[in-house]
Amino acid sequence: MLTVAGDIVGITLLSLLVCGTSTLIATLIAIPLGVTLGLREVGGQRLLRNILFTLYGLPPVLAGLLVFLLLSRSGPLGGLGLLFTPLGMVFAQVVVVTPIILGITMSVVATVERRVKETAFVLGADRWQLSVTVVRQAAAGILTAVMVGFGRAISEVGAVFIVGGHIEGQTQVLTTTIITDISQAAYGHAVALGVILLVIAAVVYSLLYRLQERTMP
Amino acid sequence: MTMSLEVEGLRKEFDGRKVLQGVDLRVAPGEVFALVGPSGVGKTTLLRCIDFLLRPEAGVVRFDGREAPNSPPEQLALRRQIGMVAQNPLLFRGSLSYNVSFGLCVRGVEDPELTERTLVALAAVGLRDLADAKASNLSAGEAQRVAFARAIVVRPEILLLDEFTANLDPANVAQLENAVTAYHRQTGATVLIVTHNLFQAKRIATRAAFLFGGQIVETDDVDTFFTNPKDERTGAFVRGEMPY
Repeated sequence: MLTVAGDIVGITLLSLLVCGTSTLIATLIAIPLGVTLGLREVGGQRLLRNILFTLYGLPPVLAGLLVFLLLSRSGPLGGLGLLFTPLGMVFAQVVVVTPIILGITMSVVATVERRVKETAFVLGADRWQLSVTVVRQAAAGILTAVMVGFGRAISEVGAVFIVGGHIEGQTQVLTTTIITDISQAAYGHAVALGVILLVIAAVVYSLLYRLQERTMP
Repeated sequence: MTMSLEVEGLRKEFDGRKVLQGVDLRVAPGEVFALVGPSGVGKTTLLRCIDFLLRPEAGVVRFDGREAPNSPPEQLALRRQIGMVAQNPLLFRGSLSYNVSFGLCVRGVEDPELTERTLVALAAVGLRDLADAKASNLSAGEAQRVAFARAIVVRPEILLLDEFTANLDPANVAQLENAVTAYHRQTGATVLIVTHNLFQAKRIATRAAFLFGGQIVETDDVDTFFTNPKDERTGAFVRGEMPY
């Protein structure tokens, strides 16, 4: 019984670590890039937007396969030894989550009312101050992007399964364990993990929602 | 603290529709000038060209005799001497203080001067007690007053007012007009008011011009402008007989 509880704690902590780290890294990449692309029209922006929207629908198993091939011994990043490690799983999730946060951030910033930019301009803002103002006014939407990204990361199973390998005690996370539990008819265990998953999502979302409320008008 | 404003041969078109067709206008330093005309003749477009929001196809805008600069740093320095209030101003998400202090913040003004000037500007429009209230909870009249406070807090040398009391009740109109008069008296700033409210133009301005057909039809002191206009079209407009 104690071993099972210990397993669950370990799996839960690894899930939080992998999802939290990948969401954080994706956020750090996607928000500055999304703000930059949302603020100004650059060449090829339409093509980039189309690519991003396509990546929204990127099946996680395909992302997992691509990352697997990249990290496999014969792949270009094989020398890093990341395959079947939590770091490799983070890598895979960053690939899945970054386009989502980037695309939403870009759209939110681009659609901040033109008058916000004009008003800041008229009030004497320079280029940098104008960007900061737009980001501040779009803060609630940008937080939504992070929330959606985290939601994708915590519920993701295909990519982490392929890249992590679901190795007992090393790369097991909540979602992959639920899948294997079901295949072994361990429904009680699977339901328990599912409840934990829901609680994590509820806690994280309530925190982000509170933060979002503070940025609302 | 006065600056002249001159517009010469200004032309602006949108999708082939010629809105401004060679506008010439001169507002003397420290003058309160009213630009009147029916809706859709390009009054707002002219103000937006003056405040660098629109780039005209032709013509020049001069401030104190100097042509408006093209280089961003020089343009920024000039923009910071101009205040503008729009007909339907947008208030930023946040408090009234945040909105009113915005112009000061971007100019590097810090506390305690920042807070003091913000509160003085809010007091000028009767909203000091609501300094910490959310801007999104304001009525249209209050929002317009915040927009005015936000424009004058930086003490602009030129104040552009675009139908700034349109759709407001008489009490709000009176409060804003008094605030304009007080600001002008205190600073001697040059004020250009765009309005189709002829009574307002009479009450506040010393000179007025009539914009019609993309050009300035007539300019005169307000008494002559309203009682003895020289151009037939100006006469028709001030009598309320303007055919649109």
